[in-house]
Amino acid sequence: MTVEVVPRPLTRQARVPRLLAGPGTRQPIGLLEHERLHGQLPLPPARAQRESAGRLIDVIERSGLTGRGGAGFPTGRKLRSVAGAKGRPVVLANGAEGEPASAKDRLLLSRSPHLVLDGISLAAFVVGADRAFLALHRQEARLGASLEAAAEARAAAGIDEIRIEIVGIPGRYVSSEQSAIVQHLNGGPAVPTFSPPRTHERGFDGRPTLVNNVETLAHIALIARHGDRWFRSAGVPGAPGTMLVTVDGCVARPGVYEIELGMPVGAVLVRAGGLTEPAQSILTGGYFGTWLPADIAWQLPLTRRDVTAAGGALGAGIIVALPESSCGLSETARVLRYLAGETAGQCGPCVFGLPALADALADLAYQGERRVSGQVSALIGLVEGRGACKHPDGAAQLARSALRAFSADVARHRERGPCYGVRRRPVLPIPGDMADW
Amino acid sequence: MLRGPAPAGLADPRGHGGLVSEILRVNPIACTAHGICGELLPEVIQLDPWGYPIVTAVELTDELLSHARRAVASCPALALVLEKGRT
Repeated sequence: MTVEVVPRPLTRQARVPRLLAGPGTRQPIGLLEHERLHGQLPLPPARAQRESAGRLIDVIERSGLTGRGGAGFPTGRKLRSVAGAKGRPVVLANGAEGEPASAKDRLLLSRSPHLVLDGISLAAFVVGADRAFLALHRQEARLGASLEAAAEARAAAGIDEIRIEIVGIPGRYVSSEQSAIVQHLNGGPAVPTFSPPRTHERGFDGRPTLVNNVETLAHIALIARHGDRWFRSAGVPGAPGTMLVTVDGCVARPGVYEIELGMPVGAVLVRAGGLTEPAQSILTGGYFGTWLPADIAWQLPLTRRDVTAAGGALGAGIIVALPESSCGLSETARVLRYLAGETAGQCGPCVFGLPALADALADLAYQGERRVSGQVSALIGLVEGRGACKHPDGAAQLARSALRAFSADVARHRERGPCYGVRRRPVLPIPGDMADW
Repeated sequence: MLRGPAPAGLADPRGHGGLVSEILRVNPIACTAHGICGELLPEVIQLDPWGYPIVTAVELTDELLSHARRAVASCPALALVLEKGRT
């Protein structure tokens, strides 16, 4: 009998979870317990400041941390550019999770508020900011109150150099887009703006504004404590660290999980209790993401490069398993209808194009219309890249991937009309949808 | 090292590569589909089914540049812009 011994290199001895370390509850971890778990906030003494700010940026750059809000931009590079920009910078932590299929920012904020607040404090320190905001959706009143209390406790203990201001923004999908939050903080409506100027050059009050997702900031809080090598001891070389993923669909335990990057999608689904029925397709990256056939997705290591190369999207780490018995076309049509309703109403191609695209997809899904699939493709081309923000692009990407992933259904719906799946309970959550029984 | 400004059309002095030229963009927030740009500059602007412009060629020849300037100046919504950009 041969026993295969696979040597585990040192770098694989990562302790996960990191962000979700501690008791497995949804109760907020208080300041004392937070410091017992992670140690105190490593802010250097005032006189060593400039030099150590530069060193911390180096460490973050070497860690390979990328933005966890969806775009995946290298965090160190963003910090460096804001720190070097003209004018006194401002930090804006984006905790306004607009994506209906994502729950990870809300979980992180409600469970580990001080990790995020530590990260905000450190980011403000390294870029030399004198103001720092944490933006949340206004209707998350309980979350807002709990974060206010956390900020209060820190002020009383004298932890941060500047007071972190919690701000509420309107609870719409596009309001959480970074230029929308900045415009709102500047006293305008919470809708995206035309760029340039870019937020990191001229954002809040015309000043360079660092906008980071709250999970990214929480990683910074840990990198500042444990270093870049520690960060890279989880994940894979091209995609280091851990990330929070939201798993939904036909799995036994839908929810938020902290995984090492590079973990295959199938293993993530197993973490979430495994499939409760066979999956036909996996939605990667959320409502601006793409559908992938389940067999392709299953093997796929969860890194931006691997998922993108397979035609998927990593986004903010959303994975939804669509059961065989569901209809991918009607699921997509529902999401497109929702996205059409969520347009900021500013750009013509989005205002007119998304409802037309949603109508055409609905015809395809529910009526089995013969002529519409060409029309769907044409409309995708007409909305893509034509807005001030990425809203129409995200919707177009999802629609295009549905035509590809469900091409057999497109043909079947055309020939025989809608399938039984359209009557099945919808899998993808739509906020405020009465059909969401 | 001190450097003077690079002449237009030469390599970008900031080292990003590419050429500095003028590119045509629509500000989709400002645009209200008057459609005048499509009339004045049909070579590079098509109108979509709702009357909003689609810029089909971002790079402009010297000859088209003057027409483009006229279209930019004629837009009642000030939504058509020529920007310095890297192509």
